[in-house]
Amino acid sequence: MMREELLMVIEKNSRIDLKELAIILGVEEIDIVNELATMEKEGIICGYHTLIDWDKTTIDKVTALIEVRVTPQRGHGFDAIAERIYKYPEVRAVYLISGGYDLLVILDGKNLREVSQFVSDKLSTQESILSTATHFVLKKYKDHGTIFEKKSEDERMVITP
Amino acid sequence: MRNPLSREVVTIKPSGIRKFFDIVSEMKDAISLGVGEPDFDTPWHIRDEGIYSLEKGRTFYTSNAGLKELKIEICNYLKRRFELEYHYKDEVIVTVGGSEAIDIALRAMLDPGDEVLIPQPCYVSYDPCTVLAGGKPVPIQLKQENQFRLTPQEILDAVTEKTKVLILAFPNNPTGAIMEKKDLEAIAKVIIEKDLFVISDEIYAELSYAENHVSIASIPGMRERTIVINGFSKSYAMTGWRLGYACGPEEIIEQMTKIHQFAIMCAPTTSQYAAVEALKNGDEDVKRMREAYNQRRRYLVHVFRELGLECFEPFGAFYVFPCIREFGMTSDEFATRFLQEEKVAVVPGTAFGDCGEGFLRISYAYSMEDLKLAIGRFSDFVERLRAEQNK
Repeated sequence: MMREELLMVIEKNSRIDLKELAIILGVEEIDIVNELATMEKEGIICGYHTLIDWDKTTIDKVTALIEVRVTPQRGHGFDAIAERIYKYPEVRAVYLISGGYDLLVILDGKNLREVSQFVSDKLSTQESILSTATHFVLKKYKDHGTIFEKKSEDERMVITP
Repeated sequence: MRNPLSREVVTIKPSGIRKFFDIVSEMKDAISLGVGEPDFDTPWHIRDEGIYSLEKGRTFYTSNAGLKELKIEICNYLKRRFELEYHYKDEVIVTVGGSEAIDIALRAMLDPGDEVLIPQPCYVSYDPCTVLAGGKPVPIQLKQENQFRLTPQEILDAVTEKTKVLILAFPNNPTGAIMEKKDLEAIAKVIIEKDLFVISDEIYAELSYAENHVSIASIPGMRERTIVINGFSKSYAMTGWRLGYACGPEEIIEQMTKIHQFAIMCAPTTSQYAAVEALKNGDEDVKRMREAYNQRRRYLVHVFRELGLECFEPFGAFYVFPCIREFGMTSDEFATRFLQEEKVAVVPGTAFGDCGEGFLRISYAYSMEDLKLAIGRFSDFVERLRAEQNK
């Protein structure tokens, strides 16, 4: 029970103060420390990242979603080709997908050229890749459950209770 | 010209904290911990269903007591969550918020001079609604040492041969108190012995943090003498949709429906369709919001205790009710100074009955960020008051 609640809180705010976490979950700090360590060891917690709206910075960045169709390899299925792709540091995510294509690759690049170069040089040249389709992200409205537009003010009116 | 007004209506006092909130709304950058409604938006799938019903052109009246589909879902829900069994056909009425249900329940049950027991501190409308229904409100002053729960002795002390109805509002606004099963069993005995009826306002039923809420109607012998009132405002963050309901014996619901039919016609149709979705697919939303409230509740109780304030642990609703007697001020004085000096609005306990003197109602229907900001100012204020006292 505490594990689920703990994960729900830190999924949204991994920087929350340990003391506060203990208060709001109604447990001891030491229990939280232990639980976090256990979940890190078990690979449940895989990292503590920061959600950044890059559009608001001066750093150039484009994101592309690439649909990849592949021929699965004997004995390895899709895993071997997925690994060949995810080892590139510019690849942010690789998912095995049901439906019209096999792998969804999410890629960060500086600009369109860099991304297309990656696709033509690194992806299309792989033997087991049959085809790719690249979609560029134009605007991110919401990411990781967080809406990027500024939240509206409290519109509740002051009424008698 | 003759006096256009009813004498009875004129004697009813307007809600005491109006003037207080008028100051708040005038004050720039004041923060409020005074609001008694969820800070969450209605979950999107529920709003979407409301929009869809408009698109489909469902803009007609529903039957007086409410959509059949909604009444069936209400009965399923009450069974699923609180082991209450009602028949959708003649034991349920859908109302314009829980507030209308309170009003028509009282009007359906009272004759002039009937006495209504109202445990205080409590929500502000029970007293005036009783008066408007021709009844006589008889307050019962609940005590902090009982965790603001109602005891059998308190009922016995207030009951007369004219007493007809007891209003029970747990989890409670403003104290956050709950009544556990054993507490309800204890008072049920007296209620049955004295042949009283109960209007049980369970609008905060889903916001119960220690254990699942228990309805008095589920105690043996109580169903036939209880009107259970609930609604969508607090549990599904649907205050603006104005939708509630009442369940009870057919005999009473039938008369309530009559009043409702002539005064209101029916509850808003769009809201009723949205509410069907809420009951069918909203359990997870309720759980998510309850967990968020619970975290804030633990935070506030912790902070108040760390500050050395007397504060019993509230297990329901979204209010904390700390005691401020040590500062030698009335609740009203404290709240006014706090607002002027720190620009934070809290509600003086006296807004909910005389026995609220010495307490404040602090709502945690605010984000953690807002709460932290406000509580920081509260700590500063308390420390300053203590320094003044020590001079």
